[in-house]
Amino acid sequence: MKFERYGLGLIKGMTVTIQHLLRHPTVTQFPEQRLNISRRTRGNELIWSREKCTGCATCAKTCPQGAIEIVTATNLADNKYEVETYRVDTGYCIQCGLCVEACPYDALFMGYSFERAKYRRGDLVQTDDELLESPERPASAYFHPEIDEKLPKQTLLIDKIVEKRK
Amino acid sequence: MAIVDFIVQNQLPMQVVPPDWPGGYWWHWLFFTVVLIGFVLIMVMGVIYVERRGLGRMQSRLGPNRTGPFGLLQAVADAVKVLLKENIVPDKADKLVHWLAPVVAFVPVLMIFAVVPFQNGALLADLNIGILYVVAISSVATVGVFMAGWGSSNKYSLLGAMRNVAAVVSYEMPLVLAVLGVVLVAGSLSMNQIVLAQDIPYILFQPLGFLIFFAAGCAEINRSPFDLMEADQELVAGFHIEYSGMKFAMFYLVEYAEAIAIAAIITTLFLGGWRGPILPPWLWFIVKVIIVFFVMVWTRATFPRVRIDQLMALAWKFLFPLALINLFVTAIQVLVWPDALPWIVIIINFAIMGILILLWSKFFKLGWGRLEV
Amino acid sequence: MTTTEMMTLKTEPFVLNFGPVHPSTHGVYRMRATLDGEVILDIEPVVGYLHRGIEKLAEERTYSGFIPLTDRLDYISPMSNNLGYCLAVEKLAGIKVPERAEYLRVIMAELQRLANHCIAIGSFLNDTGAYYTPFMYAFREREKIIDLFDMVCGQRLTYNYMRIGGVSQDIPDEFLPALKKIVEGMSRWIDEYDFLLMQNEILLARTKGVGVLPRETAINCGISGPVARGSGVNWDLRKADPYSIYDRFEFDIPLGETGDCYDRYRVRVEEMRQSLRIIKQAMNDIPAGPVRADVPHLVRPPAGEAYAHIEAPKGELGYYLVSDNSIAPYRCHIRPTSLINLTALREMVKGWKVADLIAIFGSIDITMGEVDR
Ligand code: SF4
Ligand code: SF4
Repeated sequence: MKFERYGLGLIKGMTVTIQHLLRHPTVTQFPEQRLNISRRTRGNELIWSREKCTGCATCAKTCPQGAIEIVTATNLADNKYEVETYRVDTGYCIQCGLCVEACPYDALFMGYSFERAKYRRGDLVQTDDELLESPERPASAYFHPEIDEKLPKQTLLIDKIVEKRK
Repeated sequence: MAIVDFIVQNQLPMQVVPPDWPGGYWWHWLFFTVVLIGFVLIMVMGVIYVERRGLGRMQSRLGPNRTGPFGLLQAVADAVKVLLKENIVPDKADKLVHWLAPVVAFVPVLMIFAVVPFQNGALLADLNIGILYVVAISSVATVGVFMAGWGSSNKYSLLGAMRNVAAVVSYEMPLVLAVLGVVLVAGSLSMNQIVLAQDIPYILFQPLGFLIFFAAGCAEINRSPFDLMEADQELVAGFHIEYSGMKFAMFYLVEYAEAIAIAAIITTLFLGGWRGPILPPWLWFIVKVIIVFFVMVWTRATFPRVRIDQLMALAWKFLFPLALINLFVTAIQVLVWPDALPWIVIIINFAIMGILILLWSKFFKLGWGRLEV
Repeated sequence: MTTTEMMTLKTEPFVLNFGPVHPSTHGVYRMRATLDGEVILDIEPVVGYLHRGIEKLAEERTYSGFIPLTDRLDYISPMSNNLGYCLAVEKLAGIKVPERAEYLRVIMAELQRLANHCIAIGSFLNDTGAYYTPFMYAFREREKIIDLFDMVCGQRLTYNYMRIGGVSQDIPDEFLPALKKIVEGMSRWIDEYDFLLMQNEILLARTKGVGVLPRETAINCGISGPVARGSGVNWDLRKADPYSIYDRFEFDIPLGETGDCYDRYRVRVEEMRQSLRIIKQAMNDIPAGPVRADVPHLVRPPAGEAYAHIEAPKGELGYYLVSDNSIAPYRCHIRPTSLINLTALREMVKGWKVADLIAIFGSIDITMGEVDR
């Protein structure tokens, strides 16, 4: 091997790095600055709607991880099929979204939030009311395009960079 | 800096002991020792900051910016963290050697600063063989590094240490030859005299010498692209792989102190040392050191690492002959036309540098490639 | 006695363990290298640290339930894994995919190739020692593509986007404008990489002629993808056995000449340009319509077997499925690209130095998730 280009290749590279010194860095300071995540985010929790769910257990059958457990009972008084327990072990869940996709009654949503770290393994198992939608637990628009508009628009890095250059 | 001014005013160029300095030589010694240790420690923190932020920005990220204003205290936080860490010594290590290695590596680096002038005459010892002393002392740190590599009884660290010894032994040659060019032009071995002689920075008189010195210096202190002995990607951390806690901090300190030392020597030899308009001399000196260091950061951000055989080939086939020729040419210039106009000499030297680099780029081959096994 | 024999010192080989935990093994791969000083005499790969039994898991899952697990094979390019598996099931069950879905699949697969090659190039250059700079730049470009994936399927790493008979959801309205911006900008960013290191002398010295994989060896070992094309094997499944709708697009297959690390690197960069071309064409003629064929959740393909292979970013990725007319595959075998490409590593590194081992290993571009499955 030789210095084929008399060291010009070295200098070329150095001009690129020095240019970057003057450019805006492409980073986001996370806890303070936040980007909007995709509307279809499959966050690490499931949102379940007690009213819509009929207890058909399609979700449990589709789940590749077997993370969903449903106990149903027949309510003889109302002559209705009723969900007694709906339990998701989010520790086993791989957030694949297949259950949401499979639910024929639109009773299941992926969660929109992503900061759901827990201190104990046991806390990851969520049951019944813990699964309902609430302001802290917004639902994502994954397979539910009807709630698309409720969620903020995703920030794209490509747009951010263009803005900064202006 | 009233004290420094005091020394400066009361000192003749070649005299170490100021005549009316109370306590004589010993006060001078004590004062400068304290100043030097403080200077090295603070500068290390400064350059670590420069390196991490600079690298960060060049890599399109920010670098540390949480601790203190603009992340200035990151080095302090790291130091505290590292000091509080457990000190792990490998079971099979040669305990004494392992323990002694960081000290052996650190002391010579500190000693280099003894002859670096921060201002006219403001130096611990204005040895009349200053630069020779630097060259002699700076390679002692290698012993410490090799002790670390050997004492850890780890194959990675041993490989790293071997690479380091090989690099230092080879690069000492072009380094010294490049220095000799400057010495010829300045007519003195004393660092202070060399600075005083530089009405025009010697980087202009000795462009080739500067390049050779810079490359060889980077190789000596294992800065990229010659950072083979640490080589993250190959040897994980090289010679200090088995070090933790305080001793690791020492090696970290040595690494950056060495970088500052080389930057300081480059400043002194080629960039006119503390000389410069408007700003006080010691500030000029620090600014120049940081600029040289920044160039090192810049190359680190850009270049891949060379291989060990290429490293050797570069020293012996490229830098060494060029340094010899450079010395020869300089000697002729000094001997035959000592009174030539500086601008003509500068133009001639730049032309010679260009031609030599072109020629050598054409002819020399790096390394020998694959071995049949 | 030849001269080289006389000149070499008598040395003793020693064994050095690279990995399973080592910065440059791209996961948990282990190489037991026998070294003579710096020269590699032999290496012995040890795989299996990341074995999760994915092939066996497939037998326990329904056909569609296995798609999320294919994401975990080559986790750098899940879209391609999805695609290969879905093609295999469709072949088995004889399902026709709607037009729009085919186009979306091609766009996603090519975007995935861009994203994968960003990582491949970035980490390869990082392995040659360029301190994280190309790595950071490459990750920045990948990030922009990941944003798009996030937009269509809601996750950044495990996409689970393709479905048997189409894709899971149609793209949102913002997708195509954003894609357009990326396609426009990308060629400029690729040029920037070229400018950064393509002609860098140190990189040339480190990669040109290093780790040569001769054409015959590449074919004999069953190497595919950019590694094979770097050796001049004109084998790209998109042309050789067009699946999906690749026969409709115009693109070239870049080929290397010598089969060294530099050629593999260049082929990857060139492939990124070709991918952009494909995406541009697909973006322009994407039709409207459904994105998913009417396939039941529990597919029950007729008893039989099918093999489908695609040109994944790393090479030929094949899925061999045996059905016994139940809802789960009777047997699923995956032809992993990385593992088979890795088989040539020993031939390539023998006789080179430690530093080359890392560079050559990086130039193959493997993912441990796929090697161990
Ligand atoms: S997201 Fe996937 S793994 Fe999680 S519960 Fe639903 S189907 Fe199971
Ligand atoms: S599939 Fe939907 S409706 Fe059926 S049990 Fe699950 S959540 Fe309820």
